[in-house]
Amino acid sequence: MSASAPQTQPPPVAMQRAEGVSHEPPRTSTVIGALLRKELLVELRTLESVPGMSLFAVTTFVVFHFALNRNSIDGDEAAGILWVTLLFAAMLGINRLFVADADQGGFDGFLIAPVERSALLLAKAGTLLAYLLVLEIVAVPAFALLLLAPPISQALPALVAVLLLGDLGVAAIGTLVAALAVRTRARDLLGPLLALPLLVPIVIGAARASSPLLVLSHPGGPPGRWMLLLGLYDLVFGLIAYALFEFLLED
Amino acid sequence: MYGKGLRALSISTVVVMALALALVFFYAPLEAQEGFLQKIFYVHVPLAIVALGGFMLGGVFAILHLRTRDARWDMRSYVAIHMSLIFGLGALITGSIWAKGSWGHWWVWNEPTLVSFLIIFLLYATYQPLRFAIEDPERQARYASVFAITAGAFVPLNYIAVNLATAYVHPRVFSSTSNLPASMAFTLFVSLLAMALLYATLCKYELTAKHTRAQLRAARRLLEQRSPGGARTSQRRTRSAAPSVYPAPAPGRMAGGPL
Repeated sequence: MSASAPQTQPPPVAMQRAEGVSHEPPRTSTVIGALLRKELLVELRTLESVPGMSLFAVTTFVVFHFALNRNSIDGDEAAGILWVTLLFAAMLGINRLFVADADQGGFDGFLIAPVERSALLLAKAGTLLAYLLVLEIVAVPAFALLLLAPPISQALPALVAVLLLGDLGVAAIGTLVAALAVRTRARDLLGPLLALPLLVPIVIGAARASSPLLVLSHPGGPPGRWMLLLGLYDLVFGLIAYALFEFLLED
Repeated sequence: MYGKGLRALSISTVVVMALALALVFFYAPLEAQEGFLQKIFYVHVPLAIVALGGFMLGGVFAILHLRTRDARWDMRSYVAIHMSLIFGLGALITGSIWAKGSWGHWWVWNEPTLVSFLIIFLLYATYQPLRFAIEDPERQARYASVFAITAGAFVPLNYIAVNLATAYVHPRVFSSTSNLPASMAFTLFVSLLAMALLYATLCKYELTAKHTRAQLRAARRLLEQRSPGGARTSQRRTRSAAPSVYPAPAPGRMAGGPL
């Protein structure tokens, strides 16, 4: 920006001191809230990720209809197509998650602020989670309408639980991978290459948990074993991302 | 002395490897159902175990690198993962041969160990592209370490997940190693030891070679500085994803120290 601006105006620190504002670093929850608000506001104003992700998911369902030459599917097939589509749509959001920060100095701005580094991870993971939730609000009804044979209404509460657990894992791994890939030369290529193998256990858990929900007469809720696997995987990779994220932000 | 212990390590590898092969061919009994084909078990299983151990070792070295910020740990982490990738490819190929001979298919999805191994291999196959895509050496080392730790933790988790996904649907095809006859178990143990020694020797060779090359490059640069207009050999950049541990030395001083 203009280099002469600080000379004509009093520097902001002095201004704060004059007004008696405390110089304690802000609380991490405040920082996360502010960052999350900023991210969602930017997305609302630019609409760069979520509409594209949703449109991609719906288009993919249409492609699957023709590729499989089927009008309706259920069970394992339905669970697999739903999760593969959601995963690839999520990949679009993951690839874009840090692009603005890397290209337009967002990282530098964050690094000179006196705040916890992990706040950025939590805010970005929250952002990705919000993207995924909006994506699913569009994609799951579209899936039920276009491809799914049994009615989705009875399976919906249990399916929402599976989707939430899956989303948490995708958000944790996606944020870590996005931060790892964004400042490399081939970031659009490396992001999916790194993320897909790491997401295989999520696909296993989520697809196995949702396939009994997507048959005509399904027995009760999602299988506990797969929910447990998803929960444990989310927890472990949440901790790994939390422990390693600050090393990606050092310069 | 950077190649210290290399000779002793090489000799013991050759001796133990010869012993292991002798045990495989002359001591271990022929398996009742599969016959001679089952001998590949003594190559495939140690290859896979050593590769997985090497991947996790790379993760441990990466933790040490992030803790100490010593570039030599990054180099060790790189070499451990690089060598494990080669061993892992060997494990996949021998596993595939065994599957073809035993079940008639080059690939079987109901063997969880093989499937989870493939997923891990695919993940680690991005390690070198990742390194290669980052220009700044310090950041390359740091990002590679973050990857190595994440992937190292992924190894056991992925194994558990894939095992859950298959074990309850299909019966296990392989007999578990815990009910092997004593002679087979002993042969497997010696083969594993030989493979681990081979891994250690090859890693040490790679580290030594990298170190020697860095020293050579430093010596050449020094020579050029002293004779201006000399052949500019060290300007040639090799295309490699390997970390460069030794930066340009101060004039009059050689980079050194054991790896």
